Amino acid sequence: MNIPREVRRPALIVTSVLLGTVLLAAGCSSGPPSGSAGGQTTITLYSGQHQQTTATLVAAFEKKTGINVKVRNNDEAVLANQIVTEGSASPADVIYTENSPALEQLQGKNLLTPVAPSTLATVPSRYSSPTGDWVGVSARVSMIVYNTDRLSPGQLPRSILDLADPRWKGKIGLAQGETDFLPLVISVERTYGKSAAAKWLAAVKSNAGANVYPDNEVLTNEVNAGHIELGIINSYYWHRQRAEVGRSAMHSALATFAPGDAGYVIDVSGAGVLASSTEKMASQRFVAFLVGAEGQEIIAHSQSYEYPLGSGVTTAQPLPPFATLQPAPLTIPELGDGSSAISLLQQAQLA
Amino acid sequence: MALTATAGPELDLVEPITSPVPARSRQPVVLWIVAIAVAALLALPLVYVVVQATQTGWSEMVHLVFRRFTLGLLWNTVRLSAAVTVACAVIGTATAWLVEQTDLPGRRFWAVAVVLPVAIPDFVIGFGWVSVAPAVHGFLGAWLVMTLALYPLVYLPVAASFRGSDPGQQEVARSLGLSRPATFARVTLAQARPALLGGCVLVSLALLAEYGAFEILRYQTLTTEIFFESQRSYNIPVASSLSLILVVVSFAVLGGEAMVRGRGRITRTTRAIRGRRVHALGRATLPALAGLVTLVGLALGVPVGVVVYWLASGGSTTLPSSTSLTGAALTTAGYAAAAGLLATLLALPVALLAVRHPRRSTATLERGTFVVQAVPGLIIALALVFFSIRVLRPLYLSTPLLIIGYGIMFFPLALVAVRTSVAQAPLALEDVARSLGRRRLAVWWRVVLPLVGPGLAAAFCLVFLSTVTELTLTLVLVPTGVQTLATQFWAYTGNLSYAAAAPYAGLMIAIAVVPSYVLGRWFDRLPSRTGHSA
Repeated sequence: MNIPREVRRPALIVTSVLLGTVLLAAGCSSGPPSGSAGGQTTITLYSGQHQQTTATLVAAFEKKTGINVKVRNNDEAVLANQIVTEGSASPADVIYTENSPALEQLQGKNLLTPVAPSTLATVPSRYSSPTGDWVGVSARVSMIVYNTDRLSPGQLPRSILDLADPRWKGKIGLAQGETDFLPLVISVERTYGKSAAAKWLAAVKSNAGANVYPDNEVLTNEVNAGHIELGIINSYYWHRQRAEVGRSAMHSALATFAPGDAGYVIDVSGAGVLASSTEKMASQRFVAFLVGAEGQEIIAHSQSYEYPLGSGVTTAQPLPPFATLQPAPLTIPELGDGSSAISLLQQAQLA
Repeated sequence: MALTATAGPELDLVEPITSPVPARSRQPVVLWIVAIAVAALLALPLVYVVVQATQTGWSEMVHLVFRRFTLGLLWNTVRLSAAVTVACAVIGTATAWLVEQTDLPGRRFWAVAVVLPVAIPDFVIGFGWVSVAPAVHGFLGAWLVMTLALYPLVYLPVAASFRGSDPGQQEVARSLGLSRPATFARVTLAQARPALLGGCVLVSLALLAEYGAFEILRYQTLTTEIFFESQRSYNIPVASSLSLILVVVSFAVLGGEAMVRGRGRITRTTRAIRGRRVHALGRATLPALAGLVTLVGLALGVPVGVVVYWLASGGSTTLPSSTSLTGAALTTAGYAAAAGLLATLLALPVALLAVRHPRRSTATLERGTFVVQAVPGLIIALALVFFSIRVLRPLYLSTPLLIIGYGIMFFPLALVAVRTSVAQAPLALEDVARSLGRRRLAVWWRVVLPLVGPGLAAAFCLVFLSTVTELTLTLVLVPTGVQTLATQFWAYTGNLSYAAAAPYAGLMIAIAVVPSYVLGRWFDRLPSRTGHSA
């Protein structure tokens, strides 16, 4: 039996490729697990916050304390789901999210352990968990983003309820899948009642038509491109866009709703320690660092464009001062894990 | 020589036998055990989905599943699946025929270029289209974008099948007076039918689980809703119930394929060793070229153009360092290679069992392994979290677990490619070799591997390409702190830093060129070379 050379060669190539792969895969070993090894303490952070700012915070903390921090980045809701699935065996020590519902969800399942009282004391209590299971770290504010070529400031709606007006048909965009959208829905429900909120949501959906976007990044881009006239976003998306494309490429601006309006909402980013953590001391130190003066200064100067909440630090970015904001009085427990907004979205066939 | 020795004089185009390869009579115990183990591994996500869905409670589940919104999503999912599958079948087959069976100018270039779209991340394709043509959205937008992204899944197996097909049958058909179109339909296409059906199954199942592109194209399907339910309502039981609908739909797809495949069988009597049959395109050359230029221009030009535009126009203050780029690229290539290897190895026993021992039981086992293709990556990832943390704690968030995740997720891609080549490797050759006194292992090494080699390589490359761009499963299972090209791309686009994200997208495409090239060239060289030596 004589197989021609040319036929045999593929077999050799296959084999060598496969062998090489095995060696390569064997080389990709994973890092050390959480815990103290050789005197070096390591904690694992599950983070849904901006990666760049988080990396800066982690580097400063490691330098200061000598504690290693391994960071796992993902969408905060996926991380919360992952922790719920992992249960008591979770490798996570600390969870840090952009919004409170993910933390409230974990708190509701008793997966968090109380944050140290001295840490909680650094931040005004209304921005942290009422039961003390997590602490508020930074805040963002919801604003109108509008295209300056298509709208003048005088034409802007004063209230989020106005978006239900037929005059906005085909002119507004919606990113209802974003975590940031849920507080708006709950705020409207809290102010005007469930049935009014349902009606409002149906009208907004109809006005948005096909302009339903996956996230606020796309919504912000679409407003700037003039495909739609306005949308509601957390203001930092607009600031990040301006930093990316430059002032000259901006055809949009920010505006607030009337003081106290249901659409004028503060969203809180926070952090908590897992009940299953085997390194609670080091984890508490990390959370304390986030809201301490050093951590808050890093946030104040970062390109996340968020408001620091703790230790009396104020933002160093060109944002309206936090103290001058006049948001709706929506509380953390009212927002909860966002489930009441979900049922309204489902009713409006938006989910 | 040995290869031609098996070429019998039978010229029947349609033989009334049950399989293209005569079945082995003895029950292959070892093969069965290995194949069942593979199937059990692939069943893990399904077990997880059922366990979670039962936690919903029947009344809530029925309420959620049978409301108007969910049924609307199901309709969206099914009609898009059907429309894209038909378009991919036509484009994939036509392209494969042009590249493999005609005198198309620049065939070698096209053989690589038409495969590349499969290697571009769905979210980059989506972003590309939305930036270039905001009108591309909804059903037609999703149809266009997904057809351009998925037709290589039909092209690859069909091209492989054309490669391995017997040109003698076409010649006989022509000499018996069949017209060219009739010969194409009744001989060429008929020979490629299993490959075509396999490709179509891959396309329709891949569409069921697609998320990234639909999100950007604003087209709501069951899968986008599954992501919404698990990400915003933290409701994994509901997400799992919706996934069960996908599983049921995928059973329907596979059942349909089984019915179509069952009707009439085509056999070939020998491996093609005479070189490919070349049809002269003549005056059709220019239109054919124009078609391919349009296809590749749309499928590759738009996303690549956007990446270049981002690179050129962005003002990101945080451009990635070259070390982080190199690190992510090496990690990604390593993961993709390991995943390609694992998926191919897992597919081999299942393909051997199904092809060489065709019975109802083996066919059911084989089809069942396809279902995983319809399960969204996020659900597969959470299933592996669920099982590994309970049973294999040390493996949790390790590289091997991630590779296993890829292996499960992309198994069907590997199976289609492996199956095609196993089906075309005549069993008789092994018997001849063994009768000549070769040991079993030696027979494998010297006879079987060279024959199924192209299929194994195709499987490896296909899984490699898909792994490079995978994001959702990677984010959940990647070892903590490790970055891949896709996770870095995601990190920067989530920050509106498109200029910083662009190099990662560019590298993903660059890495993908290598296996695409290998794939294209390998198919191209093998039979014609052996043809010379025949």
